[in-house]
Amino acid sequence: MNLLEIKNIKKTFDDLEVLKDISISVEEGEVVSVLGPSGSGKSTLLRCATLLETMDGGTLKYCGETVCEDVDGKSVYVSKTEIKKIKNYFGLVFQNFNLFPHYTVYKNITDAPIHIQKKDKKEVEKGVLPLLEMMGIADKADYYPCMLSGGQQQRVAIARALAMNPKMLFFDEPTSALDPELTSEILRVLRSLAEMKVTMVIVTHEIEFARNVSDRVIFMDEGYIVEQGKPEDVIDNPSNERVKAFLNKVKKA
Amino acid sequence: MKKRPIIAVFVFAAFLIPSIFTACGFAPDSESGVIGWLFSTVSQLSSGIWLSLALFMFTLIFSMPLGLLVCFCRRSRFKVVEMLAKFYISVMRGTPLMLQLLVVYFAPYYVFKIPLSTDYNFYAAIIGFSINYAAYFAEIYRSGIEAVPKGQYEAADVLGYSKSQTFRKIVFPQMVRHILPPVTNEIITLVKDTSLAFAIAFVEMFTMAKQIAASESNIMPLFVAGFFYYIFNLVVAFVMGKIEKKMNYYRE
Repeated sequence: MNLLEIKNIKKTFDDLEVLKDISISVEEGEVVSVLGPSGSGKSTLLRCATLLETMDGGTLKYCGETVCEDVDGKSVYVSKTEIKKIKNYFGLVFQNFNLFPHYTVYKNITDAPIHIQKKDKKEVEKGVLPLLEMMGIADKADYYPCMLSGGQQQRVAIARALAMNPKMLFFDEPTSALDPELTSEILRVLRSLAEMKVTMVIVTHEIEFARNVSDRVIFMDEGYIVEQGKPEDVIDNPSNERVKAFLNKVKKA
Repeated sequence: MKKRPIIAVFVFAAFLIPSIFTACGFAPDSESGVIGWLFSTVSQLSSGIWLSLALFMFTLIFSMPLGLLVCFCRRSRFKVVEMLAKFYISVMRGTPLMLQLLVVYFAPYYVFKIPLSTDYNFYAAIIGFSINYAAYFAEIYRSGIEAVPKGQYEAADVLGYSKSQTFRKIVFPQMVRHILPPVTNEIITLVKDTSLAFAIAFVEMFTMAKQIAASESNIMPLFVAGFFYYIFNLVVAFVMGKIEKKMNYYRE
């Protein structure tokens, strides 16, 4: 079943048409990388999918449940209560982590599951340590985010998203704020998540990583998907001129 | 240097002792020497000191939450509400506090013909100060709220926090940290501003000091009053510094 289904999404900021008629679907267990130059609409696509932005036109569905429907070219969203429920289906990891600075690592991870999802406190607390262990920061539970490196903060952010038990995870350039060493830390974590068959959509500039980890690569440019398919096809044998030019520049750099 | 505020607290307490004595009905002998004079001046000032303190405390208690309400209105997505709040803030900040006190004091009688008792000036002072300071606090709160990065709202949104939960749990604690220095400024200004209440015949400490100075043809009572303001503000700065330090357990 398709976890995520987006059809004919359109999004305009003021006069700038950022997304022009994009459709994608993501199956359970799939890892999809979204590549493309800056300003191509990758982040906007992610922000529409995670409901941080409302789309102007098109439909959005999670697990077959409608979030918004296209009525005469305009997206019409379902009720707040339904959206609240659907928000449990996905998690988002930001480029600049966006941890809550006044909460400890532990509280950052447990607050939403306990107080928002109203899960059993004991159950949630039991799950924290394994999560932190998986992220390699088991000793950092009582630290505040400011005491951690960027890579560690990002791992906390991933743990925070996972603690909500989402069906899929979105990553918005998760390594762009990190140096190469910390980047590889995070990519390792993502790889292990991929091996555990966590459904992920990753906006990234790490071409090599995209090739090695994803099941499918989407290349965006100027608000359109210009090419998509298996990573070896899109990255090694692109047919589109724009993709070729972009990849050439990236490889040279 | 570090110990000075603590000493200030003691000095402040020592000065309050005579006024407590007087409050309990003791009339100390003021015949002899500097100490005796000081003692009698402070005990004469004492009712004013307590009134100033009361005005200060009540103004804080009412204006700080009221400021938050004004701040919410100022940030409201309803244009009318926002405009009203903006107008309120601009009038409160743009006209003299003394004039506002006079309006609060006299308007009920002269405009609405409501008969008021003579001790209404105490309440008028508290109302006048509270609505004035609320405007300043509202703008300070707004600056604090706007200093919280957008990413915090987005992270909370994705995790399913409602608007009010986001404000309560994520934004408010960070806002408090941002606004402590300007709030300290504002509180210190308030301590000194209480002297403006004389305009509505509210006999707080400074008014009293002026009366004593006039009757004794001596400027010293004014200095004693000035010393009180200074000590009191040292205490304010000390307490606020402590709170600031307490909030410094994290960085952004």
